[in-house]
Amino acid sequence: MKNFKRAVLAASVSVVAMASAAAADVKVAFIDPLSGPFGPSGDAAFTSYKLAFEHLNANGGLNGEQVELTGYDNKVSPKESLVQLQKAIDSGAKYIFQGNGSSVAAAIIDAVNKHNARNPGDEVLFLNYAAVTPAFTNEACSFWHFRFDAHADMKMNAITDWIGTRDDIKKVYLIGQDYIFGEAVAAAASSQLAEKTPNVEIVGNELHPLGKVKDFTPYIQKIQSSGADAVITGNWGQDMTLLVKAAADSGLKIPFLTFYGGSLGAVAALGEGSIDTLYQVSEGITNIDAGEEQNKLIEEYKERFPDYDYYYHRAFVAVDMLAAAAEKAGSTDVIPVAKALEGLTVEGAYGPVTMRAEDHQAQQNLYISTVSNDVKYGVDNIELGWKLVDNGTIEAASAEEPTTCKMERPE
Amino acid sequence: MTDMTMQSTALGPTSAEKFRQRVLPFVLFGLVLAIIPFFGPSRTTMTLLNHIGINIVFALAYNMLLGRAGLLSFGHAVYLGLAGYFCVHILNWIDAADGGFWGNLPVFSLPIWGFAMGALAGAVIGWPSCRRAGTAFAMISLGVAELMAAAAFMFDSLFGGEMGISGDRMSGPEFLGMSLGPLDEVYWFVAFWTFVGVVAMFMFTRTPLGKLSEATRDNPERVQFIGYDPTRVRYLVFIFSAAFAGMAGGMAAVQDEIFTPESMSLIPSGAILIAAYVGGIRYFSGPIMGAILMTWMSSNLSDYTVGWLLYLGLMFITVVMFVPDGIAGLVFGFWNGIRSPNRSHLMAKWAQQAVGVALMIVSIIVIVEVAFRWSEGYGEVFEPWGMELPHDGVITWLLAIVPLALGVALLRRVARKSEEV
Amino acid sequence: METIVFSLLNGTIYGLLLFMLSSGLTLIFSMMGVLNFAHASFYMLGAYFAYTIMGVTNFWLALFLAPILAGVIGMGVEKWGLRKVHANGHVAELLFTFGLAYLIDEIVKIIWGRVSVNYQVPDSLNFTLFTIYGSDYPAYRIFILFVAIFMLVSLWYLLKKTRVGLIIQAALSHPHMVGHLGHNVPLVFMGVFGAGCALAGLAGVIGGNYFITDPAMAVQMGPIVFVVVVVGGLGSLEGAFIAAMLIGLLQTSAVSVNASFADIFGFLGLSATSEVGSITISSLAPMLPFLLLVLILIVKPTGLMGDREV
Repeated sequence: MKNFKRAVLAASVSVVAMASAAAADVKVAFIDPLSGPFGPSGDAAFTSYKLAFEHLNANGGLNGEQVELTGYDNKVSPKESLVQLQKAIDSGAKYIFQGNGSSVAAAIIDAVNKHNARNPGDEVLFLNYAAVTPAFTNEACSFWHFRFDAHADMKMNAITDWIGTRDDIKKVYLIGQDYIFGEAVAAAASSQLAEKTPNVEIVGNELHPLGKVKDFTPYIQKIQSSGADAVITGNWGQDMTLLVKAAADSGLKIPFLTFYGGSLGAVAALGEGSIDTLYQVSEGITNIDAGEEQNKLIEEYKERFPDYDYYYHRAFVAVDMLAAAAEKAGSTDVIPVAKALEGLTVEGAYGPVTMRAEDHQAQQNLYISTVSNDVKYGVDNIELGWKLVDNGTIEAASAEEPTTCKMERPE
Repeated sequence: MTDMTMQSTALGPTSAEKFRQRVLPFVLFGLVLAIIPFFGPSRTTMTLLNHIGINIVFALAYNMLLGRAGLLSFGHAVYLGLAGYFCVHILNWIDAADGGFWGNLPVFSLPIWGFAMGALAGAVIGWPSCRRAGTAFAMISLGVAELMAAAAFMFDSLFGGEMGISGDRMSGPEFLGMSLGPLDEVYWFVAFWTFVGVVAMFMFTRTPLGKLSEATRDNPERVQFIGYDPTRVRYLVFIFSAAFAGMAGGMAAVQDEIFTPESMSLIPSGAILIAAYVGGIRYFSGPIMGAILMTWMSSNLSDYTVGWLLYLGLMFITVVMFVPDGIAGLVFGFWNGIRSPNRSHLMAKWAQQAVGVALMIVSIIVIVEVAFRWSEGYGEVFEPWGMELPHDGVITWLLAIVPLALGVALLRRVARKSEEV
Repeated sequence: METIVFSLLNGTIYGLLLFMLSSGLTLIFSMMGVLNFAHASFYMLGAYFAYTIMGVTNFWLALFLAPILAGVIGMGVEKWGLRKVHANGHVAELLFTFGLAYLIDEIVKIIWGRVSVNYQVPDSLNFTLFTIYGSDYPAYRIFILFVAIFMLVSLWYLLKKTRVGLIIQAALSHPHMVGHLGHNVPLVFMGVFGAGCALAGLAGVIGGNYFITDPAMAVQMGPIVFVVVVVGGLGSLEGAFIAAMLIGLLQTSAVSVNASFADIFGFLGLSATSEVGSITISSLAPMLPFLLLVLILIVKPTGLMGDREV
């Protein structure tokens, strides 16, 4: 009984809290982990959207309408996400943001397709900011899904392009997590390296179990004895941190080219050991000088949310694009906005971003950066931060990948 | 007829009592299930209700092990998961089939397939693990769960890796004119199978095997003395429990249309353990109450507070320490209390306890909410009913300490008094 | 050759860390019959305490204070928590620690945040000790080795050569008899529980910066520690030691094996392109402890060295 009372109390508390918020015209839902082990990654993105929508509302809103952003905690479970999606749709949300976990994104794409087919006139749009499995904008593409992050093959394109400019990298070791995403990364790396840089040899291709390895030293020793000049990995979370940490401990001073080296806490865990060994590919880094306005945004974000760093640049881009599309469509309704988003280009702080119409995949510049102690903006509240490497800018055109998508559009 | 048999017949329940205790609750349960849709619940509520139905069946199946047979399992979600996967595969076979057996199979029958698959999985995995009871059984279940969850990531063709496998419940022939597309039709599907599952599991407790499983829990040696093999009893009960968990898996396959490897991991297994225990493992209806509360909490409470796992842990520990009979124990204790002769005395005691607990809850909520906001560091302030409670405010500290102290004092006084009596 | 050397070295260190964690659990488990689900949470607490203490003072003070703090908290848990639940049986005790693990996780998140903290190896130990086969060997690993061996020897001395040790040993095998002899068994229980937690805390202090200090570290370590205790056998520190070393070596060396199922079972006609055939031994490494657990419990329920069934 008392548990029930406690819950009622919590409920009434939050109802009061919600009632005090300003009435809003357009509802936007953010579905990602906000608690539990993956809570920080979801929260870092949520805070970015919070700030982006606050700015949007202050500048007149989405086509003149105020936006209300609500976070829904999915605990990175596809099943739970569907419950939360249902809740979001019921509360009137029209735009759904999600990013953590391709499994979740796949479930949401599927559910949104089904929902829109079963409930015409009540459509919702899924704006994916971080789930990078290439299939979502290829064979599994959907009119109701837009992706603002470069997908795995595109990021790999950036990495392999960069390797091509480095004459000292002749042997590459691939290591990844043993599941679909890790396999996709490894496959993309081997095929792209074989095509672009035939003189680069792949000296190892290893998959390790997801999230179970505590000591990567044996893997590092395998890498060492293979004589590799660089390592490519799609690892994220602690698999990423522990891998690079073990490398630093064993004195393996070769570049680790990662997708997610910039995720929260990785640089702090490695300390000085990350300098010139940890590389990441991303759509923007704080230490590229992108003008006063961008610097103000970065500083405002850090001040508001001291636990996190300005990392989800694409969250701000996504909100900009949504606003531009709504203005272009002269509406905040889903179908006109979706159609306006197709082919739309906005000027981002780190270069133009175009939403390709054929497959709803954003095309943008990618940057390869490494950790340095000589930067303006540090991360993880220490002095170290990300700095662009030589030849590290990969233009949108060269990162672009063809698509197999056959989009079915509503009337 | 001897005196002994005379007495035992007299002790047995009258047919009126039988009706009241064994038939009426189920009639009421069925009525509640049938009435709910007429209140026009929103789609969110409908989804929540569907999950509650699935978890009721799963929690009851779990309690066949924990409460009835005394077997503590840390990996029961394995059977729900395996059966669920099997059912999603069936969904896809139905979708792909052009006539033939699969083409004519209504999706409505999936829980039966889940039941069969759960039984099969239980029969295979239970064979080695049921040879031991107690902690050994618990440890084996833990090991099996870890192994299965890891294996699911290795065999993509069966489990689909981290993306899992999804299907479309609208495929195949319609059954009773239901396409299972709209949520209210899924509600009827879940309600029907929940009712079937609950009744079937209650009937199981009345069978000789059900009775024997309780005897094996209480005293395996005596069961052996009277000629039954406790290992065999445990094994059979385990198969049935896995089968009913599989049935819940079949229901979940239709409701969610997706299964992922994490549905077999330790997390859902731990959650169902908490649900059954908080509900009260000594009562048949306990897990039902636990499943309702826990499903509601995990889906809704996280909207209100980031500390929901902390509340969950606190609640679980409180139940383990002070209310071992769970919610059902409280409910039935209350029910018996208000019908007992010294009810006024009991009511006074409960009222005091309720006030004490409520006071403590106020403090705990204040402490937890203020602490979380402080530690997140966004400068957000806990504002219940517009009252600002910053972490360094005097009122906050008063609210955090005074009700807690009062509550503890009150509860201790009540406890001391009832000891004296 | 170099693979073997590295596997042996790293396996030994990992094994010793595992033993440090599981020795406490074995003591608690065999004396009180409680499988302490929250044991790994004390490991986590140790790491976090050390991080905080190191921020204020230095690593060496943390090395002593953090385990003591963890031990004191452990004693509190035993006195005000476990003892109350004891009357409701072993299942209730197990569930109590299960809930406690949830609770400690969340409290750690409130105090130290949800991301990993920057708990570093102290500068005085952060150097390369020697280089073998072209690979640096950090001094901190050898330090872990020494701390673990020192702890091992002290524990052995305490249990075998002192009066306290005699009582504990007696309580391990015949708790009731010890009580009848007039010893304060609840006090012994509380002490042992606290000492066990302190050992876990010590493992946290030296393991937290070797691995990573974040709120998930307890959940990841927990199940493996159980495996060690159960595989080693109840009531047997020697068994726990052997099991810890076995699992440590097994896991580290399996990683370096590149062979796949197809290589091993190829003679049965298993092809390397099939799903089963392409599984490599190294990808099985983290599953090995659990496989070992299930097999041991089925084949020899007393564990490797234990004399009691689980």
